Amino acid sequence: MRLADTVRFASGSLRGSPARTLLMMLAMAIGVAAVVVLTALGEGARRYVVNQFSSLGTNLVIVLPGRTETAGVGPGMLLGQIPREITLDDAEAVLRSPAVSRIAPLTVGTSSISRDALNREVIVLGSTSELLPVRHMTLGLGRFLPPGEIHQSTPVCVLGSKIKQELFGNATAVGAWVRLGDRRFRVIGVMAGQGESMGFNTDEIVIIPVAAAHQLFNTSGLFRVLIEARSRDSIEQARRDAETILFQRHNGEKDVTVITQDAVLATFDRILTALTMAVGGIAAISLAVAGVLIMNVMLIAVAQRVKEIGLLKALGAPGRQIRNLFFAEAVLLSGIGSVAGLILGYAGSRIIAEIYPSLPVSPPWWAVLAATGIALGTGILFSVWPARRAARLDPVAALAGR
Amino acid sequence: MIALEKVSRIFEVGDQQVAALRDISLTLGAGEYVSLMGPSGSGKSTLLNLIGLLDRPSSGIYQLEGRDVSDLDDKQQAEVRSQKIGFVFQSFHLVPRLTAAQNVELPMMLAGVPVEERQTRVRELLQNYGLTDRADHRPDQLSGGQRQRVAIARATVMNPRVLLADEPTGNLDQATGREVMKLLENLVTQGITLVIVTHDVEIGARAQRQLHMLDGQILSDEIRAS
Repeated sequence: MRLADTVRFASGSLRGSPARTLLMMLAMAIGVAAVVVLTALGEGARRYVVNQFSSLGTNLVIVLPGRTETAGVGPGMLLGQIPREITLDDAEAVLRSPAVSRIAPLTVGTSSISRDALNREVIVLGSTSELLPVRHMTLGLGRFLPPGEIHQSTPVCVLGSKIKQELFGNATAVGAWVRLGDRRFRVIGVMAGQGESMGFNTDEIVIIPVAAAHQLFNTSGLFRVLIEARSRDSIEQARRDAETILFQRHNGEKDVTVITQDAVLATFDRILTALTMAVGGIAAISLAVAGVLIMNVMLIAVAQRVKEIGLLKALGAPGRQIRNLFFAEAVLLSGIGSVAGLILGYAGSRIIAEIYPSLPVSPPWWAVLAATGIALGTGILFSVWPARRAARLDPVAALAGR
Repeated sequence: MIALEKVSRIFEVGDQQVAALRDISLTLGAGEYVSLMGPSGSGKSTLLNLIGLLDRPSSGIYQLEGRDVSDLDDKQQAEVRSQKIGFVFQSFHLVPRLTAAQNVELPMMLAGVPVEERQTRVRELLQNYGLTDRADHRPDQLSGGQRQRVAIARATVMNPRVLLADEPTGNLDQATGREVMKLLENLVTQGITLVIVTHDVEIGARAQRQLHMLDGQILSDEIRAS
């Protein structure tokens, strides 16, 4: 028997009982769609996190004061020592490493900001002109902090878009003066609205030169030093260099922690990929259930079509051919079912993407392949028994409908 | 053509053994027209199934065209059925979702005959049996006589040497029954070997050779003088 004939005959018998066929395809489709949608969600969550990280900057190495001890209590803690702070000179020294392209020191504090009668509390970020490229921020209006000597405390500030809106409304802010604590700063720029990124709303901050921030908060230490490595490959070298340089500058004491964004990102990536696979796996169970359903219905089909099977045998069809016919039915069922499931799944992912535009929902290729594969696999696997049963029917008994 | 030598067929019903055929020896020549008669349970259908290779003898030797076919496996049996044997059933056994033409085409499709050849042959047969205008009708849109004509067309589509008919007129009225018999007898004149199982004495009497069976044995074997 020719393949085309086998397929045509099988699809004919599927059309012969449309309700049964549709229900079975529906079961298959739901299974496949569940895998596609759930993995798409998981993958979306993973990409969301990755995007959030890369919106912080690329090839980032972050230096923070203090040492995270994982083995018990450090000696410094027992003596009540505060870890040595990271100074601006420390930060500049890191630039000596060939692997480092840019650095942005960071000081954070809160202060009141006021313009005429309006005032509010605000988070103040002290940094340099390099912050803009390193943190991938976008300026809306005016200029960012001027480049130049790191120790120079020019009284200028850049406002977050929401702060600008609250203090100035629709009036021009660039060129005006505001008061931060007891100091006056001239507004030179306004950030573009960016919204939340890693729990840090850049719309509600004020950025001033790091030296000015130190004077404002009366400190000399840095909260973080953001280091941008020259390339992805030099991240590790930048991390080691930063550690060595600060180690030397701090008289051989390892009192800073250097982390790479990559390491953090990789951890999140692993966790979320595992999560996606787990969720996909659970959905795949529904595919196995659909497979059992196919087996059940195929068994019923064999019982219902005993006479037809007997006839085919009398007309010269060997058992193998009968088995292939039932196989073809199962493959068609699960094949069409999984295509419908894929369409449903993609449509579902689209809808979720419409509802949560910030979540980059899209089903990963491996999940799509796996779902289709499992659907076809279970369809074929679970039709082996019914098909064999049909093939082994005794033609005389089958013709008599027994 | 067909030679049975001491053929028995024993069924196991529960722990009892029931002999449906006992030591039957029979030779049928090519182009012979034979009727098999006898009461229910006499073994005539079992004999027919055995000749049609739907069954195997428990003992004895069955030779078809000089070849021992007593102990073929499923695939070889199917091959012989496909090439040499045609079946006509009492209840027609047409596939309800297929049209008349598709039903006739079925044996050729199973045998893997190329599509063009199939279509030519089906058209030719439908015309021979006066079914051309019924080609695209499903069995439930056909009368009993038309259905049996489709079934006969299907049985002969592969040009078999042997045609086995089990009560071919059992579900038809007398007039249509006679019509169907004429079609079958017409095939005998073309050289086919026809074996008919029937209860109907009148139908049975039309055959040149009449076999009467009882309790799994051949009671009488009469050849009508023509």
